[in-house]
Amino acid sequence: MFSFALGGQITGSVLWICEGWRTEQISPTGFAPYLDPQNLLYAKAKGQPNVLAVAEEALRSGAISLVIMELSAPIGLTAGRRLQLAAEAGRSTGLCIISEGMGSNAAETRWRCAPIFDAKDSTLQRWELIKNKSGTLSEWDVKWDAETRRVIVVSEAAQRQGSARMPD
Amino acid sequence: MGLHPGMGFSDARAFCRDLQSRPADQKADQDFLNTLARWAKRYCPWVGLEGINGLALNIAGSAHLFGGEAAMMDDMRHGLTQAGITAHLGLADTRGAAWALAHYGEGIAPVGAAQAQIASLPVAALRLEEKTCIALQRLGVRDIAELSALPRATVTRRFGRDVLLRLDQALGAQAEEISPLPEAPHYGVRITLPDPIGLTADVMAGAERVLERLCSKLKSREMGACILQLTLRRVDRSNQQVELRLARPLRDVARILPLFQRGVDQVDAGFGIDQLRLVATQVEPLPATQISHTSTVQHKGLEDLITRIGTRIGLENVQRFLPADSHIPERSFIISPAAYSVPAGSWPTIRLRPLQLFAPEPIGGSDTRPPARFRWRRMSFATARTVGPERIAPEWWLSDENRCSGVRDYWKVETKQGRRLWLFYTPQNPGWFVQGEFA
Repeated sequence: MFSFALGGQITGSVLWICEGWRTEQISPTGFAPYLDPQNLLYAKAKGQPNVLAVAEEALRSGAISLVIMELSAPIGLTAGRRLQLAAEAGRSTGLCIISEGMGSNAAETRWRCAPIFDAKDSTLQRWELIKNKSGTLSEWDVKWDAETRRVIVVSEAAQRQGSARMPD
Repeated sequence: MGLHPGMGFSDARAFCRDLQSRPADQKADQDFLNTLARWAKRYCPWVGLEGINGLALNIAGSAHLFGGEAAMMDDMRHGLTQAGITAHLGLADTRGAAWALAHYGEGIAPVGAAQAQIASLPVAALRLEEKTCIALQRLGVRDIAELSALPRATVTRRFGRDVLLRLDQALGAQAEEISPLPEAPHYGVRITLPDPIGLTADVMAGAERVLERLCSKLKSREMGACILQLTLRRVDRSNQQVELRLARPLRDVARILPLFQRGVDQVDAGFGIDQLRLVATQVEPLPATQISHTSTVQHKGLEDLITRIGTRIGLENVQRFLPADSHIPERSFIISPAAYSVPAGSWPTIRLRPLQLFAPEPIGGSDTRPPARFRWRRMSFATARTVGPERIAPEWWLSDENRCSGVRDYWKVETKQGRRLWLFYTPQNPGWFVQGEFA
């Protein structure tokens, strides 16, 4: 949801790159509330080197504002640095979807996003900023507002589970 | 065997027991005839179509190249027989007489002797309508000699001008032209270099020169290239090929040239390259369009990017989503190559759909309500809240083995662990499956 919410806020096209063997398929009927599927290009590459090459090409071109890649193995220092330089040259954003503990040093920020259960709200998520090169770390509980198509930060005091001040 | 065109199928079966029938494909016939016309240009440059099943060749001045008319006809017949084609050939001074010979006599009429050669042929050999032929036969006029013996004025009064026109055309009193087929445009240019080159920059400069010529050719015909093939001939006579598949038909030098960079980088120049040949192997009409101040410029960059990515992972692997008219979640969208489709459609969200879909993965449980606890992908979940059921029936008008388990009751299940999954239950074949995940 983080990727789609980010893609929805950005003006311009989004490129989603994944490896061909993956059986999980993003579904446009599902993400349409977040991001208009017309703005999304979907590339299936063979193997991670191709994913990275396509991502670098797309980041550098400047025609794409957000490149989302699904990675299955950690990327090395060279690859990370190249992606970073390409993103700087094309003034675009790259987002890698990775497993826990696979992050690259080149990343500007790293987020851990997970849905959390809440008795009232079925869109509540916890977004933790676990790496930030130019700021402090933090975490937010957010929910999605379908009408305004915006992510809304839920105030901790009211929503934190087990909090003494939580209304009944 | 006694078969002729226009015969009923059952009548024809009476003559030939194991007769096979196929629907006529006139387009394919026409294409084949055009191919044959191209082949026939080896005999003379002046080749035209004759009806739907014939070719007319004006071999004036080219027969001696094959050793005379008879030798040319033999060569033609030999070539056609080798290709498995049964052909009737006729050669005469005039187009009409040659037609008559090809259809009714077969053979060569010597120069100036066309009249004698076709005199004994039936009047149908004059390319007359069937009605006229029958009327002439009823009058006792059977062959061309008898027709030409009749007084001209009475023939015209009785049958109109057509009969005498055809007769005059066959005998050479009236001129008749063969209109040759237009030459198919060839989109290929080449450049031969006095000295071999090897540096990438030099090759790109050479490619730019040929590309400029090709693009001006494409522009004059309002076409755009879809597939370009750059052949680099090395000094040792071996060829290196660079193929470029474009996401959109293009004829813009400045946009195509950078796309060649990646392919040219990988070429092994060996001892040097001394010829460049660029061919647009597939072209599409690309009419000039009005430039307006409101048109979006950004698409250009995107199309070039699709082309560049396409050269690496294949153009059909860069895709986009298009809406499809179906209530089955997996079929409510289609994925089509971005190069061959335009972004379209509105995406109404009537009901909640998961962000990710995957092939159904079975979990335990057989109750009609979602299980309170279940294991999925080696994780255990406890159901906290459920939304549903939403019954989706299979599309009975399509056969789909994934849907043979009958209707599905879909539930959105929020687990205490956080993840929100899309489960379904199949009442007709009890079982629970996970098919998607929400945000």
